[in-house]
Amino acid sequence: MNFAKEELLAVTIARLIGDARHVAVGAASPIPATGAFLLKQKNPALRISLLQKRTGNPFTEGSRELFDLAGQGRVDVFFLGGAQIDGEANINLVQAEGKRFPGSFGSAYMYFAAKKTILFREEHSARVLVPKVEFISAPGWSPPGVERRGGPAALLTGKALFLWQKDRRRFLLQSVHPGSSAEDVRANTGFDYDAPAVVPQTNAPSVEELRLLRSPVAQVILENYPGFGKRVWEGK
Amino acid sequence: MSALPSNETRFLADADALAREIPDGACIGLPPDNSLVAMAVVRALVRRGAKDLKLLGVPVLGLCADILIGAGCVREVETSAVTLGEAGLAPRFTAAAEAGTLKIVDATCPMIHTGLQATEKGVPFMPLRGVLGSDLVKHHPDWKTIDNPYAKGDPILLAKAIVPDVALFHARWADDCGNVWVGRRGELATIAHASKACYVSYEEMKPGDMIEDELLAPGCIGSVYITAVAPAPRGAWPLGVPGAYGIDDAHLAHYARLAKTAEGFRKYLDEFVFKTVAA
Repeated sequence: MNFAKEELLAVTIARLIGDARHVAVGAASPIPATGAFLLKQKNPALRISLLQKRTGNPFTEGSRELFDLAGQGRVDVFFLGGAQIDGEANINLVQAEGKRFPGSFGSAYMYFAAKKTILFREEHSARVLVPKVEFISAPGWSPPGVERRGGPAALLTGKALFLWQKDRRRFLLQSVHPGSSAEDVRANTGFDYDAPAVVPQTNAPSVEELRLLRSPVAQVILENYPGFGKRVWEGK
Repeated sequence: MSALPSNETRFLADADALAREIPDGACIGLPPDNSLVAMAVVRALVRRGAKDLKLLGVPVLGLCADILIGAGCVREVETSAVTLGEAGLAPRFTAAAEAGTLKIVDATCPMIHTGLQATEKGVPFMPLRGVLGSDLVKHHPDWKTIDNPYAKGDPILLAKAIVPDVALFHARWADDCGNVWVGRRGELATIAHASKACYVSYEEMKPGDMIEDELLAPGCIGSVYITAVAPAPRGAWPLGVPGAYGIDDAHLAHYARLAKTAEGFRKYLDEFVFKTVAA
């Protein structure tokens, strides 16, 4: 069955979220949001806090409530990206190669406070996945003695899925998406990482997952990310 | 600007009157694009040629900052990000940052909230978990790491109390007593509590005293914090007032396209800031 790249990524996100009870989705993250709402179809008890929600926003105390919730350990999964991401899972949202990006948002805090962070960046290139970020918005790991509840769990890109190995402070290539290969991933990744001798392919969405994505999930996403939803599901 | 009066709220004529009260050089605390931005007053600040402003994003900035930066009103920003959301990068901020003509103090959202909360309580600083190891800590002039005095070997970051000169935002309602209603937008209360002066534009006037109404009171900021209010119907446009009107996404996309160049930005100002007072 045919599926869009965005659908494959959303299905992979849903699997990575796993058995979490509360997922928070930050600024401009339609694919993580799609993955979370797909998972909610299977697990209706999953709480999803969409920070961008324009009406009926989950927070009644303004934007600081998310951080207070996370500080108490009430957020299981959060998503972060980066203009640059390096092999130690440091992320840079500030500046790279003379270009200015919007800024660090809440990353320097949420990367510590959420129990698990999924790094997501669709562009998979040596320009984004670098040996060392130019600016650490949020560090991928902390030395002993620094209080830290959570950290990276995985890095998902448009080409591959890496798992984070906390004890080795290195990524492990878990799978490559259809259309890419272990060699293609190696050639387009600026940092070194571990990989098995044979790299499996990322599991394709099932027929049931695609049915859920294209009907109930698409409806929710179209309301909150109209541009994205129309492009993926209405061919506009 | 006198220091922290128990305000008797003043009622001004319009957004331009509010803009005249905000002096050049002031540090202005501003909400994000989804949280009742006083866009009519921002346009009035551009019309009056405000200079040397410092913008504090609580915790991030958007369209209002991009317009003020592009119009040459801003010397410095402290913020966790500047973004137009779905419409992409904030073009005038990005251009100024890359040209090195704007001082930028990069922060992270909860450190700004925490610094303002310290001021709310009248204490000089407040601790926050996380953040350690971020380059933000190296570059920020007011953040310090200490050892937790209640535990051994536990470094923790302190946010210095932040005191903006001015809080500026938009409200759905103001009332006869000078209270304003902002609903669930709690960061606006935090900015108002922490700032030396607070200026609020409003959609509509409500007769009476909203604090006497049990259903309205929880969404109110009491007049003790409010320096002056002025009417500005559709005053958040092209941003929104939840429950009244939404964000004008098409206008934001139009702005993002035009403001890519300095010339396009001037065109935008001519059409939407200098020529038109309100949409």
